Amino acid sequence: MFLINCPFCGEREQSEFKAGGEAHIIRPKQPTELSDDEWAEYLFMRKNIKGVQFERWNHAHGCRKWFNVVRDTSNDEIKAVYKMGEKPPTI
Amino acid sequence: MTKSLRVKTGKIIDETYRISFKFNGKTYYGFKGDTLASALLANDVHLVGRSFKYHRPRGIMTAGSEEPNAIIQLHKNSSRTEPNVRATEVEIYEGLEASSQNCWPSVEFDIGGINNFLSPLLPAGFYYKTFMWPASFWEKYEYFIRKSAGLGKSPTEPDPDVYEHKYVHCDVLVIGSGISGIMAAKTAAKNGLQTLLVDEKPILGGSTIYQNSENFKINNQNSGSWLEKEINEIKKISNLDIKVRTSVAAYHGYNFLLARESLTDHLPIEQRKNKTRHKLLKIRAKKVICATGSIERPLIFNNNDRPGILLSSAIKRYADLFGVSCGEKNVLLTNNDSAYETAISLIQKGINIEAIIDNREEVDSKLVYEIEKNNIKIYKGFTVVDTSGYKRINKLSIMKLSKDGQKVIGSKINLPCNCLGISGGWTPAVHLFTQSGGKLKFREDDQVFIPNTHPSDQISIGSCNGDLSLEDILINVPNTLKEFLGIKKTEYENIEVLSSENFSKRNIWLLPSDKVLGKTKSFVDYQNDATAKDIKLALREGFRSIEHVKRYTTTGMGTDQGKLGNMHALGIISETAGTKMGEHGTTTFRPPYTPLTFGTIVGRNVGEYFDIFRKTPIHDWHVENKAEFENVGQWKRAWYYPKDNEDMYQAVQRESKAARESAGILDASTLGKIDIQGTDASEFLNRVYTNSWSKLAIGKCRYGLMLNEDGMVYDDGVTTRLGENHYIMTTTTGGAANVLSKLEDYLQTEWPELDVYLTSVTDHYATISVCGPNSRNIVSTIIDDLDFSDENFPHMSFKNAKIGKINCRVMRISFTGELSYEINIQANYAKSVWEKCIEAGKDFNITPYGTETMHLLRAEKGFIIVGQDTDGTMTPIDLQMDWIVSKKKYDYIGKRSLYRSDTIREDRKQLVGLLTENPDDVLEEGAQIVANINKTPIEMLGHVTSSYYSPNLKKSIALAVVKGGKNMMGEKLIIPMENKSINVTIADPIFLDKENKKLNA
Ligand SMILES: [Zn+2]
Repeated sequence: MFLINCPFCGEREQSEFKAGGEAHIIRPKQPTELSDDEWAEYLFMRKNIKGVQFERWNHAHGCRKWFNVVRDTSNDEIKAVYKMGEKPPTI
Repeated sequence: MTKSLRVKTGKIIDETYRISFKFNGKTYYGFKGDTLASALLANDVHLVGRSFKYHRPRGIMTAGSEEPNAIIQLHKNSSRTEPNVRATEVEIYEGLEASSQNCWPSVEFDIGGINNFLSPLLPAGFYYKTFMWPASFWEKYEYFIRKSAGLGKSPTEPDPDVYEHKYVHCDVLVIGSGISGIMAAKTAAKNGLQTLLVDEKPILGGSTIYQNSENFKINNQNSGSWLEKEINEIKKISNLDIKVRTSVAAYHGYNFLLARESLTDHLPIEQRKNKTRHKLLKIRAKKVICATGSIERPLIFNNNDRPGILLSSAIKRYADLFGVSCGEKNVLLTNNDSAYETAISLIQKGINIEAIIDNREEVDSKLVYEIEKNNIKIYKGFTVVDTSGYKRINKLSIMKLSKDGQKVIGSKINLPCNCLGISGGWTPAVHLFTQSGGKLKFREDDQVFIPNTHPSDQISIGSCNGDLSLEDILINVPNTLKEFLGIKKTEYENIEVLSSENFSKRNIWLLPSDKVLGKTKSFVDYQNDATAKDIKLALREGFRSIEHVKRYTTTGMGTDQGKLGNMHALGIISETAGTKMGEHGTTTFRPPYTPLTFGTIVGRNVGEYFDIFRKTPIHDWHVENKAEFENVGQWKRAWYYPKDNEDMYQAVQRESKAARESAGILDASTLGKIDIQGTDASEFLNRVYTNSWSKLAIGKCRYGLMLNEDGMVYDDGVTTRLGENHYIMTTTTGGAANVLSKLEDYLQTEWPELDVYLTSVTDHYATISVCGPNSRNIVSTIIDDLDFSDENFPHMSFKNAKIGKINCRVMRISFTGELSYEINIQANYAKSVWEKCIEAGKDFNITPYGTETMHLLRAEKGFIIVGQDTDGTMTPIDLQMDWIVSKKKYDYIGKRSLYRSDTIREDRKQLVGLLTENPDDVLEEGAQIVANINKTPIEMLGHVTSSYYSPNLKKSIALAVVKGGKNMMGEKLIIPMENKSINVTIADPIFLDKENKKLNA
């Protein structure tokens, strides 16, 4: 159980949060213009990296806010936390 | 009387306090301070169990939590019985009853012992190889394997004890109270840090506390006395919390640790009442100091598992701490200096030593000289090649080792022996360190794995870090602490240390015998009966990875996780495979370090506290009116209300009829309710539902279907427009939390530009649904000043109203197909409004109904239940709900997926109605649907999702999903059941009132 520094509430236990998968996958603005393959790319394809991964987390049992976390999946070290819409840090 | 092997008073034994206990039905005596193991040894009892596979007699081997053999059952046949307990950890108390496990009929005569003679037939992987074929016989094999293997018996009665969980926060956690741990705890606490010191044993001080030798001195005092003074000092420090009998079970990332504090296990049963037995400490430490010590290694030689063979360090501990001699004819076998420390202790206590067998040829060691001075015979360069004695070692044979240590030479010497101490050097206890994600490195000099890199803020100190000598500890620990804690000085500067041992070691992983390997039994894993031969066999059969060898031979897979033998397994593998030690890595040690009781894991979360349950504000009324309840998510929902000994079927038939013929009332408070406000609320609904919302007038209600982005139905419910920018959405009971979270996700991440606010109001409002032809008569009597005419209050509309002084929202919506009103009311008034409805409905036979009748009524109308008729693979088109899918809207969640190549397939499973040939046959939900049972393999076309006997239609009805079902109207299919096949016909899923006459009545 790791600790996550919610950008709105501060440091809390992992059990208060819900993981939301890979970050920075933007929903296409015009889905109907996409081919099946292009839509499938958005819908299904996610990375599962051993190492530094950019992911979304939700403070589900707290402020209910979504935000981004940069986490090393090999040891759970959190390298950065930033709000939705903010530019991802270079790591 | 059994003979007593009690020698001079042991350090922690209170000889004025005698305790009686039973082992295998026989009464013995011990003293306060004894463990079950020390008390048994004092009574000359070594044989305590049988091994797992061969049922070989086994004795106490260690004096700690690493014990592989002395695994016993406590208080057999009592509610407090506990299997798989290590006798070396049980503190005795008056009335203790313990028994051997894994033996039948008794530990002295065990029928399974025949496996020992059959052992050539039971090689590694035996179970895998033998019981593979024929597969159908597995059930029979399993019966016999289980009967003869059994590791103790689990209790059959409820646990009478209480367990607790507790969160603990500290600046520094010190694990282990040996000399390093004591120094660390004192240093941290004296520097103002909130410190917690835990140790699994009942006393502090590790193995130094009973050190009483001229050979080991600190500031001119013997090391034991020096440490005792330190311990007395730290007990007075207020910001240092000390917990004994506390075993750290798991070390997770971010310095989150779980420890079990044992509070009553050492007390007589009658003193345990109203006390917490175990406390699970959930520790979050800023810094962790591992001072977990090291475990002595055994030596691997032929027949190294007989009762009476112990670790040399255990013999020393039993003598020094408990005043117990483990035998009269003691022999020590060693490859290093540690056994000589044991010998010195035995000499001090007047215990006889027959001989010491040292693998090493020449040793220049003060300790060895001291033993020689005492005229004890030392066989240098020798090893044990065999032992004998079935239930207790009585003899051993030794031979000279060849120069390379791979063979034995010369003639065999036999020695009498009833207790053999073995020492193969030390293995740092790095289990917790590796659990935390720490990586090890291999130190060639003495063939040990020691901590290398680690992710969290921690250090390992003392012997778990590879500092095995007193001198190294006193020099290295203070320096490490200074750096780790960021301090300039400790109390341990310029300390004078005398440490006399020599660190030479002759490491031979598998000691040779005069017999060929195939004829030897050299145990590597005592608990699982894995031998050196098994490991070599696994390598011959092509296994290379240590993890594979481990599983194939079961080495290290017992409850002790191979704390003693894993290093030897690795050593034998690398020797045989010709690889370098350290290249293979080690096997993974998993939490818990020692087994935990289930009670510790669940704590207070038992019985009604097992899970949270949610009650509606009308719950008490349902209880008073004898409702049966069903669990829906965490909710307790009224299921049906049996009258006069009705069963569920009868009650539901009555309730369903009443609802259609006159009036029914349902507590629908569990439906999820989300208050939606903001100038973009309408646009938001357009994007999340499949149908259009822009034109919904204020005061109107609309049913909506919500999809996942993959086009599959996710949730449904009615949403009402309360005002220009104000909606109230209802969701399914089970989906409420997920829908809110999903909507928030879209709002916050995809559409932050929308001005919309979501608030869960599920618990704030209760929902009372009154349905049936007389519902209007009932609702209108309790609501004044409201025009209930169809013109003013049509189907799918809403009114603000008052019941007395109470504001409420009334929706005319229906999930049953009947005329129906839903009263939404502030939760705290709900029960009184419900009772008003019941009162007003008396003349109309108003009938409360539960979820089962609700399900039946909606099935008659062909209304789906998301999660019952759908399973995350159904599109609205599959559900024949094309009417709700807007063609005009440019986009909404899931739209693009509705015309993926997969979702437009004609042969997808589609929702249909089913009618049985015999109207009295009620189908089973989940039953498979086929077309032809004569052609194999039989193709499964779909399954039944909802099924009832409809009292209103007087026939059986069902909903089902069937491949291509949409175009199969009127076709006959078969539902094969265990005893018969049921013929069915595909029908319209709307069975009743397709024209909605009742709704608008
Ligand atoms: Zn937060």
